[in-house]
Amino acid sequence: MCSYIVEKAKLLGSAKGPSGWMRIDTANVYYDHPFHAPLDHALGIDFISEADGGRERVAVELSAASARELVAKILAALASGEVEHGKAARHAAAPVAAE
Amino acid sequence: MSYPGLVADTVKFHGHNGDTGDAYYARPTGSGKFPGVVLIHHLPGWDEWITEAVRKLAHHGFATISPHLYFRDGPGSPDDVGARVRAAGGVSDDQVVGDAQGAAAYLRTQPHANGKVGVIGFCSGGRHAFLTAAKAAEDFNALVDCWGGNVVVDDPKALNAKRPVAPIDYADNIKCPILGLFGNDDENPNKDQVNRTEAVLKKLGKNYTFHRYDGAGHAFFNHSRAPAYRGDQAADGWKKVFAFFNKHLS
Repeated sequence: MCSYIVEKAKLLGSAKGPSGWMRIDTANVYYDHPFHAPLDHALGIDFISEADGGRERVAVELSAASARELVAKILAALASGEVEHGKAARHAAAPVAAE
Repeated sequence: MSYPGLVADTVKFHGHNGDTGDAYYARPTGSGKFPGVVLIHHLPGWDEWITEAVRKLAHHGFATISPHLYFRDGPGSPDDVGARVRAAGGVSDDQVVGDAQGAAAYLRTQPHANGKVGVIGFCSGGRHAFLTAAKAAEDFNALVDCWGGNVVVDDPKALNAKRPVAPIDYADNIKCPILGLFGNDDENPNKDQVNRTEAVLKKLGKNYTFHRYDGAGHAFFNHSRAPAYRGDQAADGWKKVFAFFNKHLS
């Protein structure tokens, strides 16, 4: 059965959706039956701005293997970027509480 | 031969606390009186497959209504509204039961209604249907639970303010006949949980029939989700649903 289990990540950043760019402060992350992806279960991420009411979202649905690949590549990109750009990049890349 | 006609549309209904929301409604156009069915949608929301299921039931002779359980969190596309509801921890059991009662009342006020109303639910809606038949027993004449998970609750952490009870604890309140359809490869409810649900119904002397399908898991009726869909099992399951409702709602 579908679950209501959602992990919430506090973010600082922006995302681009149908209405253009928007500030985001939260990622709702869950593993459940997808709406669109041709999978039995998918890792869903909804990027939203709770501060603005959370009514718009930028959504992705990924296979479990894809999600793990993405996590690895995010960490790899951060590691190589920090080497390239130094301390300022490390500070900017760190998750912070929502504004 | 000719196929029976039907009409389908989005209508307004009065749900829990008298709140007015949208519901999808379809009914046969032939003469005579028709039994009613309240269809409770799954957690992803009031989506296209749900409207197809409503029309399928109408095609087979049942005036069917599916209340949009998330109408208070709209407007928006069903997936976006469903995402908001998920993030908020879902809808409360009492609200769903109230909405289902309101949908049943809508059916009974239609001029073509024969006065009998069944309830069917899929996935989380199966759990909601079970609970609705228990908590609003006077309003429903038949119950179909399609793979509703968490009817038996093994993890107390699954209980919270919105879902404070395990529906199985209210099984004795159910007065109508029960049809249960389950996939043996489902993980929620798994085979053991289905067996335990059946054991309770048997002990209580309820009028129930359970069918378990090999080679099927969760949501095996849903052709819009190819990995889950099982055509042969779904075809047989729908036949059992129609036969059950015809027997108990005509």
